[in-house]
Amino acid sequence: MSKSLSGIYLPVFGGIALVCSVAVAVANRGYGDSQIETLQTRLAQVEAQKAAALTEAEASAARLAELETRLAELESKAGNTVAGGEPVAAHEGAFGLGRPALPEEIAAWDVDVLPDGRGLPEGSGDVSTGEEVFAEKCAACHGDFAEGVDNWPVLAGGFGTLADEDPVKTVGSYWPYLTTVWDYVHRSMPFGEAGTLSADETYAIVAYILYSNDLVDDEFELNQDNLATFEMPNRDGFVIDDRPQREYAEWRTEPCMENCKDSVEITKRATFLDVTPDHGGDSVMNSADTSETPTFTAANATAEEVASADAADAGDAELIAAGKKVFKKCSACHQVGDGAKNKTGPHLNGLIGRTIGSVDGFGYSSVFKQANEEGRIWDQAALDAFLAKPKAYMTGTKMSFAGLKKEQDRAALNAYLATFGE
Amino acid sequence: MDDMFKPSRRAFLRGGAAIAAGSVAGSVAAQEADPLITELQDWASYTGAGVDETPYGLPIRFESDVVRRNVEWLTASPISSINFTPIHALDGTITPQGCAFERHHSGAIELSKQDYRLMINGLVDRPLVFTYDDLERFPRENHVYFCECAANTGMEWAGAQLNGVQFTHGMIHNMEYAGVPLRVLLQEAGLDAAGDLSDKWVYVEGADASSNGRSIPMEKALDDVLVAFKANGEALRMEHGYPVRLVVPGWEGNMWVKWLRRIEVTDAAVESREETSKYTDVYADGTARKWTWVMDAKSVITSPSPQMPIRHGKGPLVISGLAWSGHGRITRVDVSKDGGITWETARLGKQLDTKALTRFYLDTEWDGSPMLLQSRAMDETGYVQPTKDQLREKRGENSVYHNNCIQTWYVNAEGIAENVEVS
Repeated sequence: MSKSLSGIYLPVFGGIALVCSVAVAVANRGYGDSQIETLQTRLAQVEAQKAAALTEAEASAARLAELETRLAELESKAGNTVAGGEPVAAHEGAFGLGRPALPEEIAAWDVDVLPDGRGLPEGSGDVSTGEEVFAEKCAACHGDFAEGVDNWPVLAGGFGTLADEDPVKTVGSYWPYLTTVWDYVHRSMPFGEAGTLSADETYAIVAYILYSNDLVDDEFELNQDNLATFEMPNRDGFVIDDRPQREYAEWRTEPCMENCKDSVEITKRATFLDVTPDHGGDSVMNSADTSETPTFTAANATAEEVASADAADAGDAELIAAGKKVFKKCSACHQVGDGAKNKTGPHLNGLIGRTIGSVDGFGYSSVFKQANEEGRIWDQAALDAFLAKPKAYMTGTKMSFAGLKKEQDRAALNAYLATFGE
Repeated sequence: MDDMFKPSRRAFLRGGAAIAAGSVAGSVAAQEADPLITELQDWASYTGAGVDETPYGLPIRFESDVVRRNVEWLTASPISSINFTPIHALDGTITPQGCAFERHHSGAIELSKQDYRLMINGLVDRPLVFTYDDLERFPRENHVYFCECAANTGMEWAGAQLNGVQFTHGMIHNMEYAGVPLRVLLQEAGLDAAGDLSDKWVYVEGADASSNGRSIPMEKALDDVLVAFKANGEALRMEHGYPVRLVVPGWEGNMWVKWLRRIEVTDAAVESREETSKYTDVYADGTARKWTWVMDAKSVITSPSPQMPIRHGKGPLVISGLAWSGHGRITRVDVSKDGGITWETARLGKQLDTKALTRFYLDTEWDGSPMLLQSRAMDETGYVQPTKDQLREKRGENSVYHNNCIQTWYVNAEGIAENVEVS
C-alpha cells in the first residue's frame, strides 16, 4: 500500500544536469584568446552553480524522504486503529474518515476539462446558434461581437499584439487551449448565472467566439471530437517559469551597501496621475501637486439603510430584508442606492413609477425604446410580470436573467426596490 | 536654533523650555500644564462599558479609517474585484481578518458548515466526501503564512501610480492558520492509483460561482499545503473562504482556493482559465511565462509612507516595514534614505514562521532634510530584491503580475511622503 516517492526527485537531478551541460556548452564555444579568462571565470561560476543546484536537489530529496516517512507513519496509524479493535472506518484509509463519493456525485462536480479533451461531454453547437446564445447570455458584458463592454473582457481580436506596448490578450490572440474556453464558459459563465449553460449551448458559444476571432467560417460546428484538436494560434506561446535561470542565478549575490550609484533623480511621481482613491481622515496623500481630489465611494450602505428605513412600515421591514437578499441575483449588473450608476444594466433608483427605458445614458434594447415611446410605466404589476419571465414580458431584452419563479421573491424584490427613490 | 531640536530628551528634561514653531504640540515639552493631566477627565471618573455590551468587539471608533479600500476604476464590478489591506496602519506581522484584503471572482458566498462538503477524486484509491466535522477529526497543525496576490504592486509596472502603500502593496495578509495538511487527506483517499507521483497534479476548486480552479504539482501538495478552517484563532471570515480554504505557503494567492470543495488528482495540469489567460506574463518578444507560482522576496516601508507622513518633525524616527519571501525566511533587510546610494541594515522583528511576513525597523534620527526611502529584502536562498529597472530589463514592459521591485517613497522637508520612481 505504501507509495514510493522516489520518482519525484530524480527529475530534479535530471533537470539540473541538463541546465549545467547547456551552460558549459555555451561557455566552450570558440572565442578569442582574450576571452579565455572570462570563459574560465564563467566555468568556475557554472561549477559553483552546479554545486549549489546539487545541494538544493539533495535538500529536496531529503524533504521528500521525510514526506515518505510521514506517509508511512499515517499508514501504520491505520494499522493501529484496526488492531485497537472497534474499527468504525467507512473505508480503508488511515483514519477511516469521510465516506465513499458516489458516481453521480463525482459526475455532478467533476466537470473540468483537460487540454487533451478529457472531460468534454457529448454535444455540439454551430456558429449561428452560438451567435443567438451569445447575444442573449453574453453580449451584455462582452459586446455583440465579443469586443467587450466597459471594463469587461474583450474576447476577440488582438492578433499580433503580444509583443506590442499594450498587448491585447483575447481568447483568439492569447489563450493556448480551446478546452480552457469551453471549461470556463461552462462552469463559471454567465457572470451571475454560472452553471446554467447546457453542453450544446456551450459548444455553440465557443464556436461563435472562434468565429468572432476569424478562426472559423460561419458554417463551422464544434463538438466533443473536434474541440480538443483545434489548434489555437498562441498554443506554443508559453514557457514554463524560467526565473531560476533568467533571474535567480544573477540576483543571488551580495548587494552593494555604499556608493552604489552616482546620483539619483525622481523620474516619475504618483501625484501627477491623480488616480489614488481618497484615504479618508486627514490624509495628505493626494495633496502634493494635484489640483483635484478623487472621490471615494466605497461606503454607500448607510444611505441605503436610511432610505430603507424611511420608506418602510414596520411590517414591511422583513419583506424588504428578504428583497435585499434576492437582489444579490441582480447586483452583478444593476446598482441601487446612493451613488448608483449604470453598469451592465441601468441603475434602479426611482424605478417604481418611472417610464420604462428612461434612464439617461443607458443604451436600451429596441423593445425598451419602444415601451419608452409608448409611455409605459414601471408599476408593481409590470415589474412583477417582467421579473417572472423577463424574455416573455419584454421580448428582445438584453437582460440575460432567467427570472424569479417564486412569487414571494418577486414581491420581496419589488418591496426592496421601492425603497430607493430618485 | 538647530541645537534646540537636536537633543530632544534634554529639552524634555528641562521642562517648560521654549520650543520653536514647527514642532508638533505635545511631542517634546509644554509651556503650560496639560489639562489632560491636571484636570479630572470623564473617563477617569465615570464608569465605562460593561462586559455584556459587546459580545464580539470591533476596533474603537478612533480607528475607523483603518479599513480595506478598493480602487473603483480597476475592475468592471466590485463583485469580481479586489480590495487592499491597510498595511500602513498595522504593526507587528499578523493581519486581522476584518481588514485583510479580499479578492473574489464571483463575490464572497455564505456557505455553512452543515452545507459544506469536500470531495477528493481522480487518481485516488478511494474517492471520498468529507463533511466539515470529518476535517476536524484529522491531526492538524498551526502555521503562520503570508498570502500575496500575484497582482500586488501590479499597477506600478508602468511607473509610480497609486499614492499609498495600502494600494501599492496591500494585496497581502498574514495569518496564523489551523488546518489539516493536504497530504493527510490525499493519503486518506490513497495514492496508489496515481502510480509515479513525480508527474502528478492536484486540481483544486472552490464552491462559489466562479469555481476558481488551479492545478498544483503533487510535490507541493505533499509538502506544506494546508486545508485550513481557522485563522488567527477564529473561524475563517466569509470573505476568506468560510468554512474551509486552501493555504499554499509562499505561492501566489490565486491558488489559495476559498470555499474549497474539490481536490482531484490528475496526470496533467488542467490549464484552467486562471492559469493560462490570467496569472501569466508576456515578455518583450510576446512569449508568455506560465506556472510562476512562487512569490519572490519583497519588502516595503509602511511608515513613513504617503498615508503615514512624519508629523513629529526632526529627531528620533522609526522607519518600519514588512518583508517576505515565498522561498523561505527573510535573512536581512537594508534601508536606504538616499534612493539607493547608501544602505544600512535594519533590525528584524520576530519571525513567526517560514514564508511569513517579517517586520523590520530602522531606529534612526531625521535631520529634517528630504529623503528617498527604500527597503531591500534578502531571503535564505541569498536572493536580493531587485529594482524595477532590473525587473523590466529581464521581463520587458508588459508584465501584470509578480512585481517585487524595490519601492521608493519621497519624503519632503515637511515629512509628507509620495510614491515616486527614481533613476
